Amino acid sequence: MATLESPPLGTPSAMRSAFGTVLSALILLLIGVLAFSIRLFSVIKYESVIHEFDPYFNYRVTQFLSKNGIYEFWNWFDDRTWYPLGRVIGGTVYPGLTLTAGTIWWALNAINIPLSVETVCVFTAPVFSAFASWATYLLTKEVKGSGAGLAAAALLAMVPSYISRSVAGSYDNEAVAIFALIFTFYLYIKTLNTGSLFYATLNAIAYFYMVCSWGGYTFIINLIPMHVLLCIVTGRYSPRLYIAYAPLVVLGTLLAALVPVVGFNAVLTSEHFASFLVFIIIHVVALVYYIKGILSPKMFKVAVTLVVSIGLVVCLIVVAVLVALVASSPTGGWSGRSLSLLDPTYASKYIPIIASVSEHQPPTWPSYFMDINVLAFLVPAGIIACFSPLSDASSFVVLYIVMSVYFSGVMVRLMLVLAPAACIMSGIALSQAFDVFTASIKYQLGRSANSKDDAEDNTSTNNAPKDDSSSGKTDKGEEVAKERPSKKGKKKEREPADKPSVKSKILKKRALVLPLEASIVALLLLIMLGAFYVIHCVWAAAEAYSAPSIVLTSQSRDGLHVFDDFRESYAWLSHNTDVDDKVASWWDYGYQTTAMANRTVIVDNNTWNNTHIATVGTAMSSPEKAAWEIFNSLDVKYVLVVFGGLIGYPSDDINKFLWMVRIGGGVFPHIKEADYLRDGNYRIDSEATPTMLNCLMYKLSYYRFVETDGKGYDRVRRTEIGKKNFKLTHFEEVFTSHHWMVRIYKLKPQKNRIRGRAKKLKLKTSSGLDSKPAKKNPWI
Amino acid sequence: MMNLSRSVALISLFLLPLLSFSFSVDNPTDRRVLVLLDDLSLKSTHSIFFNTLKSRGFDLDFKLAEDSKLALQRYGHYLYDGLIIFAPSTERFGGSLDSKSIADFVDSGRDLILSADTSASDLIRGIATECGVDFDEDSSAMVIDHSSFSVSDVDGDHTLIAADDLVKSDAILGKTKIEAPVLFRGVAHSLNPTNNLVLKVLSASPSAYSANPSSKLSSPPQLTGSAISLVSVMQARNNARVVISGSLQLFSDRLFRSGVQKAGSPNKYEKSGNEQFVTELSKWVFHERGHLKAGSLVHHRVGETDEPAIYRIKDDLEFAVEILEWSGKSWEPYVADDVQVQFYMMSPYVLKTLSTDKKGMFHTSFKVPDVYGVFQFKVEYEKLGYTTLSLSKQIPVRPYRHNEYERFIPTAYPYYGACFTTMAGFFVFSFVYLYHK
Repeated sequence: MATLESPPLGTPSAMRSAFGTVLSALILLLIGVLAFSIRLFSVIKYESVIHEFDPYFNYRVTQFLSKNGIYEFWNWFDDRTWYPLGRVIGGTVYPGLTLTAGTIWWALNAINIPLSVETVCVFTAPVFSAFASWATYLLTKEVKGSGAGLAAAALLAMVPSYISRSVAGSYDNEAVAIFALIFTFYLYIKTLNTGSLFYATLNAIAYFYMVCSWGGYTFIINLIPMHVLLCIVTGRYSPRLYIAYAPLVVLGTLLAALVPVVGFNAVLTSEHFASFLVFIIIHVVALVYYIKGILSPKMFKVAVTLVVSIGLVVCLIVVAVLVALVASSPTGGWSGRSLSLLDPTYASKYIPIIASVSEHQPPTWPSYFMDINVLAFLVPAGIIACFSPLSDASSFVVLYIVMSVYFSGVMVRLMLVLAPAACIMSGIALSQAFDVFTASIKYQLGRSANSKDDAEDNTSTNNAPKDDSSSGKTDKGEEVAKERPSKKGKKKEREPADKPSVKSKILKKRALVLPLEASIVALLLLIMLGAFYVIHCVWAAAEAYSAPSIVLTSQSRDGLHVFDDFRESYAWLSHNTDVDDKVASWWDYGYQTTAMANRTVIVDNNTWNNTHIATVGTAMSSPEKAAWEIFNSLDVKYVLVVFGGLIGYPSDDINKFLWMVRIGGGVFPHIKEADYLRDGNYRIDSEATPTMLNCLMYKLSYYRFVETDGKGYDRVRRTEIGKKNFKLTHFEEVFTSHHWMVRIYKLKPQKNRIRGRAKKLKLKTSSGLDSKPAKKNPWI
Repeated sequence: MMNLSRSVALISLFLLPLLSFSFSVDNPTDRRVLVLLDDLSLKSTHSIFFNTLKSRGFDLDFKLAEDSKLALQRYGHYLYDGLIIFAPSTERFGGSLDSKSIADFVDSGRDLILSADTSASDLIRGIATECGVDFDEDSSAMVIDHSSFSVSDVDGDHTLIAADDLVKSDAILGKTKIEAPVLFRGVAHSLNPTNNLVLKVLSASPSAYSANPSSKLSSPPQLTGSAISLVSVMQARNNARVVISGSLQLFSDRLFRSGVQKAGSPNKYEKSGNEQFVTELSKWVFHERGHLKAGSLVHHRVGETDEPAIYRIKDDLEFAVEILEWSGKSWEPYVADDVQVQFYMMSPYVLKTLSTDKKGMFHTSFKVPDVYGVFQFKVEYEKLGYTTLSLSKQIPVRPYRHNEYERFIPTAYPYYGACFTTMAGFFVFSFVYLYHK
């Protein structure tokens, strides 16, 4: 792009810049291919299936969209979930991912590439991770030049944290949202650098796409105001900042309010208030600067005192109104998930349903090394690099990394937001380090060979990226120059200043040269670091993060075992039950049941109604008869439990059971957690409490379990179960999968007759007379 | 092979007429009834009762209770639609019959008349218990009533009771009122008050008690007063009907014919109420009366005829259901003013009494509540003596579509105005700013 502008074609610098552009385009293409292909391990090792839980819902929604069109999707009232409440899907779902995949599917079909919806869904995430790495390149290029951009893009293409959410088949909101997030930030920085209203508008549209895609958009609408505030406080206010921010708030808020799931929340909830507050502040600041320009210094002082006193009063009023508004809502206007970001202990204290989700837990230290690996060491170097020199753009990425580190420490899920920031920082660090080392090697070699720079450039083509980064500087300068003359003549004086600045930089670099040996060793070490990162990433993509979790495998001495119990039992449900039958299970399996078995469920992974979930939790923690009554009142026909005791599958319902008790007890106080614990320990062996041994979950999990090995040894809890031989009175087992992972029970119908109180009579007669027929059937 | 196919053909030829008459949804009255007796002489001593049944078209098959060839079903099909057990002293049935198979017989929707008597066997008591009826545990106890005995009671121990405390239900006992008291001599039984499937048809008077009449009363009797039931009925959840009587004599020719005068009452009747009582009760138990059938639930929007797949909130809808009553020979329209429909989602949001057109159609119309969700039309009709109707039909109710809301709200006109004046103002401002020097 810059090559077209640079004057005389054929000069060495123009050639070099053209070569660099082509090379970086090629590298970017390869990065895209890398980002796509590293995510295909799941398809190669398993099969092309949708993964986990939420993706099944998204898949089902996409199917509906592709079948019925966008208006039906918008107005979709789903009567097969949250029975009997139903769920208005169109108004409660972030439609970005679905619309994206639906559009891709439609476009492919329109050009006669008849892919199935499922295929499109499976490969949406890898495609968008390629886009995300390109967006990272753009963003980092805006911050520190294209060398850093390429390094950051390459790092992001394979960062494990992002891979964990975007392998083929992981069809979740985050897949497209991370791209949208980075791209929005890129456009913000671009607007900030150029002051172009065109980019500001694009920025608002990118923000709209982000709002469509993921609830994490609040991160953007809080981070950008924070950066604006930072710029104002540090005296970096400029019209470019105003253009970057004000249109985003106005257009962005208007657009966000168009997304049904956000709607009036865009102006009503506290998550968005920061942006409005900063919107007011930036106007005040802009006004102050304007007035300062037209008034004499003395007049200005008078005006300041006047405005400050009036402004204080207005601010106080606004704050008072805001406080009153916020205080009038029960949660103070903050949703539970957001509150748990500010106070990490909030959720576990007050909202068990949020705390019960493992990805809402704070991460452990090892998970940082697992998810961002060597980036954790490079980030500080990147931060330092950002401070020399500090620009608007680099201060933004510093703020971004600081905020995302904080948030990732609160919730393991937000590690995903940290990953791009860490990649950008590490990209900058790597690029700067390469810059310094290669420049000093070049200088040292040049001094010894006493030759010219030009000769060296021809020989050291393999150092192209770092050359790029230095030329990226000029690119950027030129680009800025290119934009500005068309807009404002004011910046024109800067253009000639660019060339000398490059010269002076070279001079400066000469002062920073390192010894040749140290540079070479450091370079090698850096390359090794990169190599370890690549090895780790490939390992993580291949081994750790590509399991679809609906199919499990385990490697043992006698070969590979595949556990396909989930699909086996969902298929059983869809083939053996009536289409309107209701299936109750813990909410984790709701999405899969509706998507794979096409049966109505009571609760699912969209945990919008706590009471309903608590009802199911209460049923699971109640004795059989009470549970039967609860389920019967919900028209439930089948109860599905997941049991890992036979094969040692640890995330089964017994391990989740305490959460059911807590969530149930939160609404129905007769369920008390203490009743299920023996001296504060959760156990299912013979020491377990009678409440525990008689609750429905225990019974449904361990019914007939003793028949497997004769003593009922649970391989997950590593103990023998407490109650082994028991019969079910109100439920009957209808299906148990091959490895007992899924067990399905049917509610017995109400008894046809009610017996008299004959117990006493029976005992009496059996001692006295011959009572064979009476003894024969204890059942009826 | 030939042999087999021929025998199959033979069996089907033999079964065909049987099947066509057998108990079915369309023809609920029983046809084939097995009568188990512990003594074949009962056939003559209770001939009136049996003859009325025969005259009503029942096909009675008398068997001794100990008959070793007894079987209720063959090849998985029941051979009988009804069962009368007049064998109070039988300790064990012959053949494959036991209390479980009789319970299964009831659970398959078939009917039973069970009569115990003094010193009833444990088998009979066991069957009664299965049906929710508890006979007095003292096997020698009888119902004694010193105030409402029959004056014809020659023994003087006041065990022949003239009971007139009948359940008030036209469905069970017919429209004609039973004037004369019913004579009863036998054991008492009690019902669990929480059991809503069983019902006392003939209760003892408050002065009755259950004790051994030949021995002296040492301790207070366990069963007293109107807690004692003399004859009870049970209608199971699948509408199988059971009559349990504490007296076999109740059905006998002797008590059918004898006159009755209740002690302390001036009214003397030529004939006891037994025959009418037993006949009417047998009509009920064999589904000649009080059997309802409902057609499917029909609903549609007002002004339309097709049933929609989904309603919208605040839709106006019409609901109808056809209910017919079995008269013993044909289905007649059922007429009642107490049939209700619920529009139900966890709790009834709409509860409306249906009006009838006297031709069997019950209908109403109402507005769908302003709540979306998966609703059910529910008709739960439980009327004393009638079969239970429990019908439900699921129907989702959706919120407004995006284009079904009001386009312009009157209260918002100031905002529309503000919107358009701002736009116009901006246009004017731009024009002036750009072209005015």
